[in-house]
Amino acid sequence: MRGDLLIILVKVVLTLMWTLLLALFLTWVERKESAVMQDRIGANRASVFGLRLFGLFQPFADAIKMLFKEDFAPTFSQRTLHWLAPTFSFFFVSVTMIAVPFGDTIRLFGRRIPLQVVDLNAAVLFVLAMLSLGIYGILVSGWASSNRFALIGSLRGAAQLISYEAALVLSLVGLIMVFPSLSLARIVEFQGGLLFGVLPKWGIFLQPLGFIVFYLAGMAGTKRVPFDMPEGESEIIGFYTEYGGLKFGLFMFTDFLEVIVLAALATTLFFGGWQVPWLGDGGFVFPWGGGIQAAPWAVTVLRVLSFNLKVLFFCWLQILTRWTYPRFRYDQVMDLGWKVLVPLGAVNVLATGLVLAAR
Amino acid sequence: MIKAWRVFKEIVRGSAITGRHFFVNMTFHTLRLFGIRTRRRGAVTIQYPEVPKALSPRHHSLHRIRPREDGRSSCVACMLCVTVCPSECITVEAAEDPDPEIQKVPAKFVVDLNRCCFCGFCVEACPVDAIRMDTGEIRLAAAGRSALEVRLDKT
Repeated sequence: MRGDLLIILVKVVLTLMWTLLLALFLTWVERKESAVMQDRIGANRASVFGLRLFGLFQPFADAIKMLFKEDFAPTFSQRTLHWLAPTFSFFFVSVTMIAVPFGDTIRLFGRRIPLQVVDLNAAVLFVLAMLSLGIYGILVSGWASSNRFALIGSLRGAAQLISYEAALVLSLVGLIMVFPSLSLARIVEFQGGLLFGVLPKWGIFLQPLGFIVFYLAGMAGTKRVPFDMPEGESEIIGFYTEYGGLKFGLFMFTDFLEVIVLAALATTLFFGGWQVPWLGDGGFVFPWGGGIQAAPWAVTVLRVLSFNLKVLFFCWLQILTRWTYPRFRYDQVMDLGWKVLVPLGAVNVLATGLVLAAR
Repeated sequence: MIKAWRVFKEIVRGSAITGRHFFVNMTFHTLRLFGIRTRRRGAVTIQYPEVPKALSPRHHSLHRIRPREDGRSSCVACMLCVTVCPSECITVEAAEDPDPEIQKVPAKFVVDLNRCCFCGFCVEACPVDAIRMDTGEIRLAAAGRSALEVRLDKT
């Protein structure tokens, strides 16, 4: 019993560390990637004892700067709520990662340990619920700031997130019809099979339309640039107008966490999670014959590596998207959500149902 | 439907452009990291304090007074630069020169860089081509205002 508790604790700490470290370095990746895309070099001056290392210390410098700033709250704000709002958005996003499987089970000291904090049997619903609860952070921050721009931003944010919530859920309905489970671990296991004997049975091959809708709605959920209605740097400053220092830092960090969560979800639901194509428990078995034997530890390492690489790829893709496209107008965001993504999601559900019924 | 397809095509094209920039630049960055010389650089950035930026010959940098062959100042304290200066940053105090051919030399020639706008009118106005702005010195930051009042007659 105590051993179980210890295992859970270790897994929670490791998952949180993985997520936070990735988010920390995603700030570096964002700066560097945007710089390389625009023929620049990007932040490379932060150094420790003259060691620059491509500016890899920049996130720490930023964090130290944020920590030492004044913890400011305007006199007209609701102090408690003003303080609580960033905590809300940070907590609800970071807690979603506990449902994501990082790999298959490993055997350690005679125990079978799944590389996942908890295998919730309704993990998809849990993740969606936590992501929608993140709206409260935005709303509360707007209300508690007693600032008109903050309030406009937070209301826009709430409208946008709730609209795209509908598309997000609809896009997943088709997937859940194909892989009949709400548990993320089970969904990943289902994706281990083969399609037509050749393709890995990943969600992207079974639900291409679902993936497009999911990805766009998820991008809108991260409220970063093409969909940055709540923030809107160029028109209203957005829901964190009255925030500074570490509280603002938490909001920014939440954005990066949402990028990671979307990447992890896209990986888990549509790109086979920790599955490596044609890699079974005993090693590779290629559909064209032949195979490579692999030790169980090697298989586990490959699988965890595969999950991480896919997550990194999706983080990269999101940053590429964020630095490529100009912002939408508010009405365009609403149009895209309700007139394009929701009907497409419904069509996807219908088509999936027809295919499943005809089979 | 056709419009939606066109929009989709443009979206993909935009991504392809930025993606191409990313991969091409990353290739050159990686090659140079491993010490392979390439004709192109991965970025157009000049790492300024370490790598000095090449200045144009017409660039207006810190002023100097051109010396004569014998090393004395070539300024004749005619006050034309003081008169033409739009930001009134030049102060010249004239003194008598022992050489009767020259008549005057500056006892004090001060350019107040707090006010100077580097327009170069003083260079244009000088009848003996004494003041020039070609030192190439562009790091003109100082901790106090008085440090920026530069004595040009003493250098």
